[in-house]
Order: sequence, then structure tokens, then C-alpha cells
Amino acid sequence: MAKPLTDRMPAGGGSAALADYAASGGYLGLQAARDMGAAEVQEQVKKAGLRGRGGAGFPTAMKWAAVPPPSGAPDDGMRYLVVNADEKEPGTMKDRFLMEGDPHQLIEGLAIAAFAIGAGVAYIYLRREYTRCARELDRAIGEAVSAGFLEGLEVHLHLGAGRYLCGEETGLLNAIEGKRAVPRNKPPFPQVSGLWGRPTVVNNVESLCNLPHILREGPDWYKALSLSADGGTKIYGASSWVARPGLMELPLGTSAGEILELAGGMAEGRSLRAFLPGGASTDFIPASMLDTKMDFDSVAAAGSRLGTGTIIALDDRSCPVGMVLSLIRFFARESCGWCTPCREGIPWAKRCLEALEAGEGEMADIEILEELARKLAPGRTFCAFAPGAMEPLSSALRLFREDFVDHVKRKGCRYR
Amino acid sequence: MLSDEERTRIEAEARRYPSRRAALSEALMIAQESRGWVTDEALADAARELGISAAAAESVATFYELVFRRPVGKHVILACDSVSCWIRGSEGLAGRLMRTLGVEFGGTTADGLFTLLRAGCLGLCERAPALMIDGQVYGDLSAEKLDALIEDVRGGPHGEAAHR
Repeated sequence: MAKPLTDRMPAGGGSAALADYAASGGYLGLQAARDMGAAEVQEQVKKAGLRGRGGAGFPTAMKWAAVPPPSGAPDDGMRYLVVNADEKEPGTMKDRFLMEGDPHQLIEGLAIAAFAIGAGVAYIYLRREYTRCARELDRAIGEAVSAGFLEGLEVHLHLGAGRYLCGEETGLLNAIEGKRAVPRNKPPFPQVSGLWGRPTVVNNVESLCNLPHILREGPDWYKALSLSADGGTKIYGASSWVARPGLMELPLGTSAGEILELAGGMAEGRSLRAFLPGGASTDFIPASMLDTKMDFDSVAAAGSRLGTGTIIALDDRSCPVGMVLSLIRFFARESCGWCTPCREGIPWAKRCLEALEAGEGEMADIEILEELARKLAPGRTFCAFAPGAMEPLSSALRLFREDFVDHVKRKGCRYR
Repeated sequence: MLSDEERTRIEAEARRYPSRRAALSEALMIAQESRGWVTDEALADAARELGISAAAAESVATFYELVFRRPVGKHVILACDSVSCWIRGSEGLAGRLMRTLGVEFGGTTADGLFTLLRAGCLGLCERAPALMIDGQVYGDLSAEKLDALIEDVRGGPHGEAAHR
């Protein structure tokens, strides 16, 4: 089974050195891109069916195509490529894995994307907690510059100072500009008016890591890697009470059941009840739907989102209400405060859940939670953050309603 | 007052962007490095260095979790409490940390050695439960490993390899 994104990672840990990267075809994708020209690069990526791996699944080539074409005028000005490496979605560690294990793959990928959109400067927005990634990327940038791979492109590492909203693409732009990472109104979209009002594309780490392979091996090869309508492999993961938590590269569209099986199944004495398919802000899928294929359309058809593709399993010995409280606590703390429904609504949900867990909850708390889940819906808040936070809550209220009610009746949590 | 070295580093940061303000969060982190936190004076100095108001710098300083606007201990513990760590028992470890150190989350021990903070997902989900001390990550924690780790940090330079 082809594992283009991970097969260069040294088996015993550590990262791929430039010599090894170059010896196994590294930077040939960038060379191929420069030979074929920007328009053709966009065409190839479109044909390859690469959809963004940051969580939303937006087609990468379509995102690029919204950048206005260069006018050719001398004052046409700067365009920017921004790498979203702010991975802070709870339960998600795939981008860290890619940057630590093969940093040159990301550097080549971002150089291809920058070439495709005509960007002269790229910023990698990396969360500061990823100290090892910072060291690896710093080294890789230096090596790539010395080897002459990055001609015509400046690459800067920008370390974040910690906030979930920095992962939201317009919040991220504000963060780079030295402002609070609150979201911006769209339109204008970043492709038209992004960093300092200039055309900017924000791409996720994993999305960019796919580009060298698409450009070197071609879109047909790339599409054939996948078991779904979209192209490529996916870095999947599994955490919580699986036997062997970890990350794995598999064809896009591998079933959730196969992924959990490769993670060793559930730990001894525990059985699966449900799972979040791709990070904290996705809907629970019940264990009865383990054959759900983990691609964008199939997970959507199952009533959730592929998100980041890193599964968080809920087992029969962990409390679903407690798990949702953990998620909602995170979202309440991270809400940027910019819009009222999110700033006020999520902490309210947190208080209701805390009351239920403490054995002080009433049926009215469950009704309030249901109401909040309905009201913090897409289009009713400034950005997608609050609706995302409501996805695990609303699905839990549907799937585990008896557990919520039990907390009221029993005046406490039976899992403790 | 910012030291010459700090100002040189902030200048180098500012040159990477078309607008000097973009170096603000890094400037605050540079100021924090030697002081442990960002004092009012350091905040105003960093703002002046970048040509923005202290109020603008404060709006940023108060937004980001890793910028400390209050004194912290010698070692800062960021204990992950997000979902993958929670399900693997982070609450139990959090309680143990509070008892061992004799301090609540958000607080600093009386001897000034530790500040205990909660952290959103550290991205170490496959090694949950996890925490970070002074930029170093530790995963697959158990009560015993946590106790040994705290003793180790208390005792001097980190025994990094032993706990990774």
C-alpha cells in the first residue's frame, strides 16, 4: 500500500534529512511545477482531487483559483502563502507528526503552492508548543535555502502565542499581523484581501504535504491512491481508550472500523460506544456505523464531518456527558469573545453540563443544552467556531440522551 | 527597560514583515523569556519598539495564552485537559498535581518554583495524558511517573530523556 506522505520517515523516529529526502525524489515535484508553469500546476492539483486536510475539506485548487491573476503591472504587489500549522483541535496531532518526521516535504509543498499562486513570501504559522517541529522546520528551511531550492521565495516561521482561534483562517491572518486572533468578515475572502490587504492563501500542513507527490507522480496516480471520489491518502489517527493510540497513513476512504482495528481495537475490558471521526468539533457517530468510510462525503452522509480524520473513541466505561463537558470546557475557554452568541452561549452550556456532572442538574438543563445546540447554528454566529463546538453536544444529546437524563435522576454520574 | 540583546532580537523579527506590528507577539515572548512574565514596563517598551500604543500591545498580550501578564514560578506546568487526555485520566492527575504542589490551577507555589496552568490540547493525543513543563513535553503519564517528574524538575535540570 502506497504511503507517500510517511514512507520517508525514519523507522526509529527522528526526521528525514535533506540528503535522504532529495535522494528519494525530494524537490522533484517543485522542479516539475516550475517547468510546467503556475496555471498547469493548478490544473494538475484540480485533476488530482485534493481536498483540504485542515478540517473543512475545501478543494485546494479551487481555493487557489480565487486569487486574482497577476496583472503584470510593476505595482501588482505582493501575494502571500500562509501555512496553517496551528493544530489545536483537541484530539488532533497529525500535522505535528508530518512536520516532525519529514519537514522538507512541507517545505517543498509550500514552495509549490506559493509558485501556483505567485506568492513571493510564505509564513508558516506554527503553534509555539510544537517545539520540536520548530527546530525541524528551522533546519529544513535553512537547508532548502542553502541548496537553492527556494529561489524567489522567502519562507518565515511565525510562532503563535496560543489560542484556538488562530487556526481559523482569518483569525490566523490577524494573529500574524500582530492583532487579536478574532475572525474577519468574509467576503472579502483572503485570496482577494488577506495579509495586509494583499491576496493570500491559507493552506493546512497536510494539504501542502500532498503537493510534491501530485506534481511528481501525476494526478491519475494520486487519484488511484484513494478509495473515495477524492484523491490521495489520509493521515488518520486514533486516541483515547484504543489499545494502541497513534497515527497511520491509509487510503482516503478507509473505514473507521479498519482504522480502529489497526489501532489494536479497544483497550482490554472496554468496548466502543461511539466516536468523533475528526477532532473535537465533529458529531459523534455510533459504533453501529463503524463501516463508515472515512472520506469527506461518506462521513457527511453519516451525519458528521471528516474534520481532521483523527478519531476519538468513546468507550462504555467513560461518561458521554463528562466527555462532552471536557469538549465544551475547551470551547468556552477558547471562544475569542468577538460575537455574543458564542461568548455567552458556550459558557452557559458549560455550566449546565457541570451541574449535570455534579449531580445538581435538572431536566431544564438538558432543555437549555438542546436549545443552545440549535441556536448556535451556522449563520447565527460570526464564524464556524461555535457551530463546530455544538456538533459533539447536539449529537451526544441525540445518541446518549438516556445518560443525560440519568445524571438528573441519579443526582450524579454513574461512571465515577 | 529592554536589554540591547532583546531590542536586537525584536528588530530582527520586525524585519521579517512589511508591518512592524506583526513582530508583537514574538516581542512579548522575548521580553517574557528573561522576566518570566511581561511586566507593564516591558509591555510599554515592546510597544514603543514596534511603534504602536501600549493599549494595542495590551489587547494582544491579554488575548494569547502563552503571554503571561502576571508573575509566574520558575517552572510553568501546562497540564492538558482536552478530550483525549481527559478520557485517559487527566482529571486525576490534575488533582494529584494540586495536592503535590499545594496550589490551585492558575496559582504559583509559595516557594515560587511552580505555576500550574491548564492547557488546551497539546497535540500529544496518542500519548495521553500529557503535559508540558518549560516547553518540554511529557506523555503517557501515570501517577508514579508524574510524581517522579515533579521531583526531577524540583531537583534541578530536567531529566528529559527519562520521561519522553
